[in-house]
Amino acid sequence: MTATRSWLRERSELGICALLVVLGVLVLTDALRIPTDFAQRGPVGPKAVPILVGSLLLVVAVLLARDVLRGGRGEAEGGEDVDLSEPADWRTVLLLCGAFLANAALIGVVGFPISGAILFWGAAYALGSRAFVRDPLIAAGLSILTFVVFNNLLGVPLPGGPLMEVF
Amino acid sequence: MEQLLDGFATALTPTHLLFAAIGVLLGTAIGVLPGIGPAMAVALLLPVTYGMEPTGAFIMFAGIYYGGMFGGSTTSILLNTPGESAAVVTAFEGNPMARKGRGAQALAAAAIGHFTGGIIGTILIVLLAPFVAKHAVDIGAPDLFAIMVLAFIAVTSVLGSSRIRGVASLLIGLTLGLVGLDEMTGQQRLTFGSLHLADGIDVVVVAVALFAVGEALWVAAHLRRKPFDPIPVGRPWLSGADLKRTWKPWLRGPVIGFPFGAIPAGGAEIPTFLSYVTEKRLSKHKDEFGKGAIEGVAGPESTASASAAGTLVTMLTLGLPTTATAAVMLAAFQTYGIQPGPLLFQREAGLVWALIASLFIGLTLLLVLNLPLAPLWAKLLRIPRPYLYAGILFFASVGAYAVNADIFDLLLMFVIGLLGFGMRRYGLPVLPAIIGVILGPAAEQQMRRSLQLSDGSLVGLVNSPMAVIVYVVVLLIVFFPLIRKFLPKPAPPTTPAPEREKVDA
Repeated sequence: MTATRSWLRERSELGICALLVVLGVLVLTDALRIPTDFAQRGPVGPKAVPILVGSLLLVVAVLLARDVLRGGRGEAEGGEDVDLSEPADWRTVLLLCGAFLANAALIGVVGFPISGAILFWGAAYALGSRAFVRDPLIAAGLSILTFVVFNNLLGVPLPGGPLMEVF
Repeated sequence: MEQLLDGFATALTPTHLLFAAIGVLLGTAIGVLPGIGPAMAVALLLPVTYGMEPTGAFIMFAGIYYGGMFGGSTTSILLNTPGESAAVVTAFEGNPMARKGRGAQALAAAAIGHFTGGIIGTILIVLLAPFVAKHAVDIGAPDLFAIMVLAFIAVTSVLGSSRIRGVASLLIGLTLGLVGLDEMTGQQRLTFGSLHLADGIDVVVVAVALFAVGEALWVAAHLRRKPFDPIPVGRPWLSGADLKRTWKPWLRGPVIGFPFGAIPAGGAEIPTFLSYVTEKRLSKHKDEFGKGAIEGVAGPESTASASAAGTLVTMLTLGLPTTATAAVMLAAFQTYGIQPGPLLFQREAGLVWALIASLFIGLTLLLVLNLPLAPLWAKLLRIPRPYLYAGILFFASVGAYAVNADIFDLLLMFVIGLLGFGMRRYGLPVLPAIIGVILGPAAEQQMRRSLQLSDGSLVGLVNSPMAVIVYVVVLLIVFFPLIRKFLPKPAPPTTPAPEREKVDA
């Protein structure tokens, strides 16, 4: 059991192959459903390219799986703030995802100035910032400033929500 | 020439000059921030221009484009951690210079190199682009399709360490590009009955998701708990002795950079490396290389800037993005309903020439503003990382939401951002995916148009000399690994692939 698990852990890149297979099957089934009997101009209809892309996805999935099983590994991307010597910190990632989705869920209800501030504060908290006075102040300031600049100066409408109706 | 002067007349109005200055400042500020390369800078700043008319927006973009490039080299010199491929080589000599207390000189050599390379490159745009555009008008659907195939193959083969992973990334991009209504028949593809998806996935959402959200999540998973300490720096200046060593590399840079930028070979990575090798060979101070030779900063920086100009020629005249930044710029054009390509110089002459004129203005502003502001930019490197990546997610959300004022786009961006995370984890380069999303639909159109003309016969794809030549090049690239095996001895400088795969994010 643990042997299988560590074998899989070593080859977690097979997950990418699985993703490619899922995408390929999705593209192919969707393509086959497209009716071609009408409105087709020219010899090549709307099906051809999806069928090509879908098939290639399956082929590449197999080739990539072969590469992984033969010991090939994708090189994780480095960067200025990236430390690859430590294992991935999933807690931070999940908290970040939460902050991001909170903004998506709240933006229509409470408006951008509030949901944006929640996003920024939540993300900063997730990334390890624990200044409980400074962080929310920066978040609120940034969010309101962005709202005013975009909505009032640049002409890019953002939802103000109840907070902005007060003014 | 007259059109260029008209362009300057448009670009030199006070409002447009202000836009250019704001663009340069924003571009540099965002580009200097660690972890943000020019492509992400342009993607994050896209929403700023949504409410503007196209000319003003593109004048601002010209500033952001060069500003972002320059900002990247500052990070490279002061932190030794290039945020983008074009600045990798700069770190070789720039960072040792900074550690020896010659950071000011390194920054000056980079800034003036950028200026020189950019100006020469832009002059070449003025001379070449109308010529290319004029001839490109005559090239037909089969030729365009062939060129796009070349772009697909080049972007997956030249970049990165693993071809199969490049192809996987390209196919993911092509799949995303398929979503929506088929342009020729109006059939729904991969929409799953959703009205949101029927309009297709906005390229801006994909770009911001892959570059910004994917990057922020990826960095969050591996955040360095102790960020690098940037080297403090004074006001950039050059002594006479430095100038004597740098003026030739500045002028040599564009010769190498411009042509490489114009072809789909992965942007500035290869030419900057070639420039570095050339300068090392020609330098009278070979012993200083590796320990902070100023030529090794001046040459590659000028090369990078000229290659950015070369990129614009291909992007404007053929509608073909050769780097991630150009891909995002192309998306910006499309947001305004403008399609770069052979007809752009006829249909939008005013806008194009104003854009080219503002490249000159932007470069000049860059030099004038950035030399005195360098110590301030260096301070930006100290921004606390939680705020930096929270800010990236924040502005990414603003951008994705503002495209259509639709929450659905935020969710879409989240899903594609997770994809970008996975791609970074398993070494799938991001650039092929972006090129696939942008060029995929166009390539399909051209292919179907060609086959329509030939009545379904596949000969219709290769019935012009140009298409045949392009396919020969494609085959050469595809079979290059095989060909290399039969060569007697591999010539070392043919593929100077930098040791580390880096996509400009």
